[in-house]
Amino acid sequence: MSSPHSPMAPPRSFLWSRRIFLTLLTGFVLLPVYVMVSSSLKPLADVTGQFHWLPSELTIRPYIDIWSTIPLARYFVNSLIVAGAATVCSVVIAVFAAYAVSRYDFRGKRVFTVTVLSTQMFPGILFLLPLFLIYVNIGNATGIALFGSRGGLILTYLTFSLPFSIWMLIGYLDSVPRDLDEAALVDGCGPLGALFRVVVPAAIPGIVAVAVYAFMTAWGEVLFASVMTNDTTRTLAVGLQGYSTLNNVYWNQIMAASLVVSVPVVAGFLLLQRYLVAGLTAGAVK
Amino acid sequence: MRRTRVAAAGAVTASLLTLVTACGGGSSTSDGSNDSPKTLTYWASNQGASIEVDKKVLQPELDKFEKQTGIKVKVEVVPWSDLLNRILTATTSGQGPDVLNIGNTWSASLQATGALLPWNAKNYAAIGGKDRFVDSALGSTGAQGQDPAAVPLYSMAYALYYNKQLFADAGISKPPATWDELIADGKKIQAKGKSALGAEGANLSENIHHVFVFARQHGGDFFTPDGKPDFTNDKVVAAVKQYVDLMAKDKVIPTGDAEYAQNQSVSDFAKGNQAMLLWQSASANLESQGMSADKYGIAPVPVQSGTPGTGTQVNSAVMGINLAVFKNTDNIDGAKKFVKFMTSDAEQKILNTAYSSIPPVKSVQSDSTFSSGANKVLKDTLATSAAALPQVADESQFETAVGTAVKELFADAAAGRAVTTDSVKAALEKAQQQMPTK
Amino acid sequence: MTTTAPAEQSVDKTPSGAAHPHPRRRPGRIRRIGLPYLLLLPALLLELLVHLVPMVIGTVMSFKELTQFYIRDWGAAPWSGLDNYKVSVDFDAPVGEALLHSFLVTVAFTLLSVGLCWLIGTAAAVFMQDTFRGRGLLRALFLVPYALPVYAAVITWVFMFQHDNGLVNHVLHDQLHLTDKPSFWLIGDNSFWALLTVSVWKGWPFAFLIVMAGLQNIPGELYEAAALDGAGLWQQIRRITLPSLRPVNQVLLLVLFLWTFNDFNTPYVLFGRSAPEAADLISVHIYQASFVTWNFGTGSAMSVLLLLFLLVVTGVYLLLTTRGRKPADV
Repeated sequence: MSSPHSPMAPPRSFLWSRRIFLTLLTGFVLLPVYVMVSSSLKPLADVTGQFHWLPSELTIRPYIDIWSTIPLARYFVNSLIVAGAATVCSVVIAVFAAYAVSRYDFRGKRVFTVTVLSTQMFPGILFLLPLFLIYVNIGNATGIALFGSRGGLILTYLTFSLPFSIWMLIGYLDSVPRDLDEAALVDGCGPLGALFRVVVPAAIPGIVAVAVYAFMTAWGEVLFASVMTNDTTRTLAVGLQGYSTLNNVYWNQIMAASLVVSVPVVAGFLLLQRYLVAGLTAGAVK
Repeated sequence: MRRTRVAAAGAVTASLLTLVTACGGGSSTSDGSNDSPKTLTYWASNQGASIEVDKKVLQPELDKFEKQTGIKVKVEVVPWSDLLNRILTATTSGQGPDVLNIGNTWSASLQATGALLPWNAKNYAAIGGKDRFVDSALGSTGAQGQDPAAVPLYSMAYALYYNKQLFADAGISKPPATWDELIADGKKIQAKGKSALGAEGANLSENIHHVFVFARQHGGDFFTPDGKPDFTNDKVVAAVKQYVDLMAKDKVIPTGDAEYAQNQSVSDFAKGNQAMLLWQSASANLESQGMSADKYGIAPVPVQSGTPGTGTQVNSAVMGINLAVFKNTDNIDGAKKFVKFMTSDAEQKILNTAYSSIPPVKSVQSDSTFSSGANKVLKDTLATSAAALPQVADESQFETAVGTAVKELFADAAAGRAVTTDSVKAALEKAQQQMPTK
Repeated sequence: MTTTAPAEQSVDKTPSGAAHPHPRRRPGRIRRIGLPYLLLLPALLLELLVHLVPMVIGTVMSFKELTQFYIRDWGAAPWSGLDNYKVSVDFDAPVGEALLHSFLVTVAFTLLSVGLCWLIGTAAAVFMQDTFRGRGLLRALFLVPYALPVYAAVITWVFMFQHDNGLVNHVLHDQLHLTDKPSFWLIGDNSFWALLTVSVWKGWPFAFLIVMAGLQNIPGELYEAAALDGAGLWQQIRRITLPSLRPVNQVLLLVLFLWTFNDFNTPYVLFGRSAPEAADLISVHIYQASFVTWNFGTGSAMSVLLLLFLLVVTGVYLLLTTRGRKPADV
């Protein structure tokens, strides 16, 4: 982004503050990352001993062991499926809802937006057990296995990310000029045609932003995943705890596994960063 | 108009609510059925070095069972961090496994839910009779006067693990048999620059196991005979204080241990930085951390004076894992067959060897595997000087409340604050008031 | 459930002034009465299923005596009226006292955490508004805490906060000699600061993202005008940048507040099922009350009280911050 500031060169005080601040902040952010990387390359005995900045002995053993201590690959795939599906569904549903709120006037609009916001106030603990019961009963009544399956988890997570997604998208769609979809309507598209052919393409950055947020929500959730999954459907967020066993905490393997599973996410994140920044702009500014 | 909308929303909510509460619990009250006689679901607890190791241990045995009975057992090894929550949600919803492992201290609490199959004489007869099991293990299967909620599977007891080399360096010829001796030996070891005794000060369960034994040694108990909490009687206060004083006054437990909750004290011991450890069945764990069996000795946990026995000479809680059956199983006969299989002599020997635990089955205990070395100390402790933790429905509340009190007292000691009889009593008073009132 | 939409549709469509704050919107052209409701339906159904109905059930639970004796069959659990609430708000008794303490700790923690997250996020975004060498790389690095799985991130901090072997004491005590003896971070009074550190580390990148995005929407002419008036860079930041961020901050601070207040994962991974008193956040406290001690009735009552508190706070906040703005922008 080009600078919106005046063409004047920034004053010295600004440059120095910036240098000091960003250096400190980088240190703060990177410290745990460094610990993760260095610990993941140490034998367990070193990791459980006195901390040293430099490993006395380097080993890639943890990176081999992580795959056999727990079924890491399966958890990783589960997490990708759950977070991926939750993201796609959440985005589609949020776009529909945001489009309705942004483009139509109807009774109950305010009730809807306020209700959606209020769901952010529920402590997760309050609805963990009730939700579990509902899923079980739906399963008993219809034969659709929601609890213990990836489907149930997808449903849960996509709803978790809906409120904030809808809020952000309303703002973003509001800023897509209405003339665009009205022109499409005049050209004979239906309202849905206008949404998909004109509004969605114009809103891609905002949609990407929402998608990243939805993905991260599903990716990191621990509490619901711990009771709603079983061995075959367990996600990473919960599965990583398997490195902490009854006898021992395999710190080096935790760190190694965390790094391995985070690399694809961070990489994807960086690829989408450009869209993300542009997208959040309009969504957050009403 | 608004009223219509509110009414509609109310109707929807109400109907959903009815759907949920009508089937609420969803669990049948009958004693199970035989609707699917060919399969069983089994939740195993994590006993070995990792979940994957457990699967490798269990799967061949389950295959044997399938061969014998034609029943296929789907096993899931549930991590300890999730096990109790999973059991609770299973209990609430009626959607659970057929057979499951429970920590034996949970027996009475889970028994109170009524979700587990009671092991009355008839059910016990189906697995070969109650008298196959040793008494100490049976003492931890549910509240007294009720049919047990579970069957003993693996037994464990606490022992004093000591580092032979560090003892020799400090000129100590035999492991301490009393707490006074332990403190005196500890001083000698500290003089050589090593730490004396390890503890897991922030681990609620470990705290409970230890203060329970200290209470017994003081002749006290955390509960009155009719099951009411009684945490503030002088004997219990003295007991808790004695345990915390190992850090606060006697200083044989390093202050750093106050925050331990993830078995760091075992690592300290395995690395030779610490001379003594009070632990249950630590052999496999120490081995996995590179400490071979010839490096350490195993002795009974110290007592106040004399030798371990019953009454005030108790020196361990009865630890272990029980096997329970969910009442609403749809393969009740198969579940009982599976329990019978898992507690059979052959399986008991295989599984308890794999997990370095002691079999609760009498006929297997006498096997040579469990009568030598480390196992002998553990077996003798279980047989003669171990007591069951309180078998009350509020056991888990007790663990949380008192375990937290001890954790906070350790934190005080570590921060250099005084731990006095009054402060211990105040902490226990607070714990007691958090207990359910009925 | 499906009755909702038809019920809504049958509502008289007469425009009521308040519902039409934007005369520039021309709904007449694309009016199809059922369509907006149809578009909202999936979101509505999901919110009902996953958020709203469970919350109603949770509220019902709070009026029951739901201990381990009854969890197997909720219908049989006796109604306990307001008993669970009475226990929760009896601040002279240990349970209520502990809840109040936990509540106050949570409020203090949330205010500090949100404040710091916002401050760091805003400062970083403002400082990184201009291009400079390495800006792209830094922006990427700053997103790493947000992208790590929560468990992995927090357990790493646990590792660093260890008393004997942790990095924090290694630096503060062994290398900088700032303390006489190593401090405890995971137990005792310092645990509050440990929790705050982790929470800020994890939370600020989100604030950074949102503010950074918000900055890009400030029209360049504003700065130019200010520059013509002779305002320096610092003054521009104070007079233009910060006021222009107000609408962004309104949403950002609110969601950060709600998320931080209800955060369960961070304290749970950091301290386990029993948090030290100094860092006894309400979410873990309620978890302990319901799942660890198996008293779901009291746990639910506490949750409902918490919900009411957050509703009031949010209501007041929205009233204060939107005063004078268009009501439909809520």
